[in-house]
Amino acid sequence: MLFGLHWDTAHGDLAFAASILPMLLIGMWVTIEASILGFFVALIIGLILSVLKAAPSRLIRWPALAVAEFIRDTPLLVQLFFLYYVLPDYGIVLPAFLTGALALGIQYSAYTAEVYRAGLEAVPHGQHEAARALDLPARRTFTHVVLPQAVPRVVPAMGNYLVSIMKDVPVLSVVTVLEMLNVAKIIGDQTFNYMIPLTMVGGLYMILTIFASALVRFADRKLPKRGIALR
Amino acid sequence: MVSWTDYLVPLSQGAWVTVQLTFWSTILGAILSFAGGIGKLSPIRPVRWLSVTYVEVFRGTSLLVQLFWLYFALPVAGDAIGVNLRLPPVTAGVLALSLNIGAYGAEVVRGAIQSVSKAQYEAAKAMNFTPRQTLWRVALPQAIPEMMPSFSNLAVQNLKDTALASLISLGDLAFKAEQLRNYYQDSTTVYTIVLFMYFGMALVLSVLMRLLERNVGRWRGARR
Repeated sequence: MLFGLHWDTAHGDLAFAASILPMLLIGMWVTIEASILGFFVALIIGLILSVLKAAPSRLIRWPALAVAEFIRDTPLLVQLFFLYYVLPDYGIVLPAFLTGALALGIQYSAYTAEVYRAGLEAVPHGQHEAARALDLPARRTFTHVVLPQAVPRVVPAMGNYLVSIMKDVPVLSVVTVLEMLNVAKIIGDQTFNYMIPLTMVGGLYMILTIFASALVRFADRKLPKRGIALR
Repeated sequence: MVSWTDYLVPLSQGAWVTVQLTFWSTILGAILSFAGGIGKLSPIRPVRWLSVTYVEVFRGTSLLVQLFWLYFALPVAGDAIGVNLRLPPVTAGVLALSLNIGAYGAEVVRGAIQSVSKAQYEAAKAMNFTPRQTLWRVALPQAIPEMMPSFSNLAVQNLKDTALASLISLGDLAFKAEQLRNYYQDSTTVYTIVLFMYFGMALVLSVLMRLLERNVGRWRGARR
């Protein structure tokens, strides 16, 4: 029994699969929640990192570069264990789900920081010069000229990272988060049938990533290529 | 009282397993990348379908799901058809890691081959090259240097992914770290050392990949 639901092991494979589907869907919902929360954390920390990495002062820039490289080069699993076991030693006790989302966000912030940088750099230099020629103040140049043109370049790349985050959520199962894979593992442990739940998780993941990729492509198509006004 | 130096021996043993795991799965992954990437461009339809399915399935699902499937579900499938498919953790680990990274690599290989300019293929055709000669002597020598930066990233990705193999009780660095933590309850020290060990290995791997990249870069302008 899981989530108050029972599995049916007496009436063949199909009945078993049908009986565990609701449980896997509950797990899938947790997977989606964790991906979205982790994604937002990655967007925010990544923005901070990319600003620090471009800071004029070396005293800020170099540590930021080192931190980003360190995050990028170490495994999510180990970062997650670090947060999960070390934070409580310093009095920060978070629920496993939040620790997991935080770990996902930190891991992917190293990647999103690069996306921000590439997006801003892709705006042609002439645009900056034109803004200067028109005597626009620096702040308005950024918010009204550079940013609107950077956003359409950033969105598809960020979307791809959202899909990657989704595929990394099963790692959170090691800190007891009941996402899809963990649910399947528990069902397998209890019924001695791993084949069906794990295969179903694979199938559900295919559906999830195909759907998410289609959504990213749709957003990419809908965004005007020449930039959107952010007002 | 234990000092942090006491952790170094077991952790180095784990790191050695991680290195071997990374090495074999990167080599096997590279072979799968070329097979999948070239297969996706094959004129033979079943080969193309097989490659597309492989890439989509392994890119569309989570690595940990693939690892668990190979380790926990495959033996059950084997029993059903009367074959023993009980893989030892090392085999399941290397297989899952290389199948996963190979699917990502296949997209890199396909993209690089397609980015070779059309004139090159036309010239090869004009010189009466067979398709095989065109692939080996014209397309690949120009495409492989283009693949190298992406392959470097994938190799580091693969090194990081090996940590997941600890979850099917493979005694790699992450596994040893968990053991030490259970035993000494000193998570801060253990995990800090482990993070830096992974970081060090990734830096070395990046340097090695850059050397390889420079070496392969010479093919671009080679006249033979």
